[in-house]
Amino acid sequence: MGSLRVFWRGLLDENPVFRLLLGMCPILAVSTAAINGLGMGLAATAVLVASNILISLLRSIIPDKIRIPCYIVIIATFVTMVDLLMEAFVPGLHGVLGIFIPLIVVNCIILQRAEAFASKNGVFLSAIDGIGMGLGFTLALIILASIREVLGAGTFFGLTLMPAAFEPMKLMVSPPGAFIGLGLIIGLINYVQNLREVRRRA
Amino acid sequence: MPNLFVIFFGAILINNFVLTRFLGICPFLGVSRKVETAIGMSLAVIFVMTVASLATWTIQTYLLIPFEMLYLRTIAFILIIAVLVQFVEMVMLKVTPTLYQALGVYLPLITTNCAVLGVTLINLNENYTLVESLVHGFAGAVGFGLAIVVFAGIRERLDYAPIPKALEGFPIALIVAGLLSMSFLGFQGLL
Amino acid sequence: MEIKKFAVSSSPHLHSGATVRQAMILVMLALAPAALFAVFHFGMYVVAILLTGVLSAVLAEVAILHFLKKPLATVFDGSATLTGLLLAMNVPAGAPLWMVAIGSFLALAIGKHVFGGLGYNPFNPALVGRAILVASWPAHMTAWVGSGLMTSATPLALSRAGESLPPYSDLLFGFKAGSIGEVAVLLLFVGGVFLIYKKIIDWKIPFFYIGTVALMTWALPARGQVGYFAGDPLFHVLSGGLMFGAFFMATDWVTTPVTKLGRVIMGLGAGLITAVIRLYGGLPEGVTFAILIMNALTPLIDRYTMGRRFGVR
Repeated sequence: MGSLRVFWRGLLDENPVFRLLLGMCPILAVSTAAINGLGMGLAATAVLVASNILISLLRSIIPDKIRIPCYIVIIATFVTMVDLLMEAFVPGLHGVLGIFIPLIVVNCIILQRAEAFASKNGVFLSAIDGIGMGLGFTLALIILASIREVLGAGTFFGLTLMPAAFEPMKLMVSPPGAFIGLGLIIGLINYVQNLREVRRRA
Repeated sequence: MPNLFVIFFGAILINNFVLTRFLGICPFLGVSRKVETAIGMSLAVIFVMTVASLATWTIQTYLLIPFEMLYLRTIAFILIIAVLVQFVEMVMLKVTPTLYQALGVYLPLITTNCAVLGVTLINLNENYTLVESLVHGFAGAVGFGLAIVVFAGIRERLDYAPIPKALEGFPIALIVAGLLSMSFLGFQGLL
Repeated sequence: MEIKKFAVSSSPHLHSGATVRQAMILVMLALAPAALFAVFHFGMYVVAILLTGVLSAVLAEVAILHFLKKPLATVFDGSATLTGLLLAMNVPAGAPLWMVAIGSFLALAIGKHVFGGLGYNPFNPALVGRAILVASWPAHMTAWVGSGLMTSATPLALSRAGESLPPYSDLLFGFKAGSIGEVAVLLLFVGGVFLIYKKIIDWKIPFFYIGTVALMTWALPARGQVGYFAGDPLFHVLSGGLMFGAFFMATDWVTTPVTKLGRVIMGLGAGLITAVIRLYGGLPEGVTFAILIMNALTPLIDRYTMGRRFGVR
């Protein structure tokens, strides 16, 4: 499979959040502001790429029976590194994301990619898959976070977007808004996909 | 130091792990199709989260802090949880194989249930004592169970509903979760 | 599995011969006295709010049905109109019209149609709309006004602040601040009894709901107070959205239990939650959330109070 295809697939066709329906916890929690979504997405992407590369490198060495715990230790190591680096260099963002940084270790996306791809493919392709899926995750985060931020606070990446007369819909930046917002976005994407299916068959 | 009553009800109603803290969403959406399965999953999670709270607190207090290895926390905790889940799996296979079958792939996935690792991290961020950590772990899991069982009840009923095609499955589940989360807003400021 | 050959559906299953439309009209009739009082008490602006609520609901229904490519006949069954009316009656009398319109639309879209339409919604659509409004624009939804749209505190808020309360007669007849529909307690009660007489709603829910609130507010001390069995149950029964909620929201067929015991439980549960929120919660009123939570529990309540099913082991 060409590397470009692998990349685009992770970003769009098999977007981990909108199509594979993985990684929900951080998406809902962190998407209150677009900048948080971006930060979390990039942190997770870093871990995903690193772990995909290492797991791919070691794929013939790791015994099959204990492969899941091995993957977890590898992922946890990289998460710890990212956690400490963020605490040192971007303490503000680190504080906002809170426990969801260490929780990257249980982000279903990373484990799923390790199991389904990195353990079966070469290093270069695994890295590309990591980048594609990671950016797909980031994209989904930014989309949801932007909608929530614009409707719920009237700002976009911290810049006031809406006119003064606009009264923000505070529901969107609260937990129910996250659930309903994500549900409607996925529903919309399904709807568009269904239309394309119908058109393709016609 | 918040008392145990506040911690207990706080974790279930005010800061419900699923509906307010967004922890445990994957199993929440995945194992909530039938009420019996949801109950079974909840019991497993209650056990794991309570024991995990105990184990991780002990490791943190007697190992990581004295030896200044706090940076190993994430790795250590997740390994403890993985072992615990393996144990629960083995026991469940012997004692209730039907439930084991019903939970299927979602049983080992308790390892990656953000609620489990999440509660252990929160316990430590809040500097809870051993007893407070235990209560918090237990209550958090009860809150998770409450949310997932109520949710399963609603979803079972929705099986008969003519939901618009684009919303079938996860979208409508997320919307219901949102409405459920909204209902819980009434408990804000309760304690 | 070809289950669709049979008309499998969830509750409620109507047997009384009443059509949906007839029932909706009767409910609107029962609400009319309280609505008229609101116009008299708060002013003509209330008419604008009520009209906005109803019209946006009907327009929303038409638009959504059109988008979903469903037949437009159900627009005329009165359920959208009723939802719009209920929503409009649940806002403060000075609420901005755009907010009421959005509330109506969301009540129908998210409260009803995403689930497949009437009969399939797990939550009361008007309450979904109201809860969304409360969570989205809390300032507007708590900008209570009294007679003639003058800013005023509701009796429950006054009670929280420890200030002097209006006399019971004012609470009963409606001369106080509050949402459009909730103030005329006596008229609401009359309307509710009318609906019970016409067998549109079941007496068990309002009876146990109001009864539980009365009992608990009498027996338990509010936050910051001491002393058991020293509460003011009459005050609590006559204040806030209890009368409105107990008769007109908690009794919605689709979202409440079908079994007799289930309905008793619904009343008890809603009363319990309302009382707890009123006594100890962060909000002065808990009716909206209490009913929504009981809506969520309804499937489980029905399941476990169903009794023996013939032919099933």
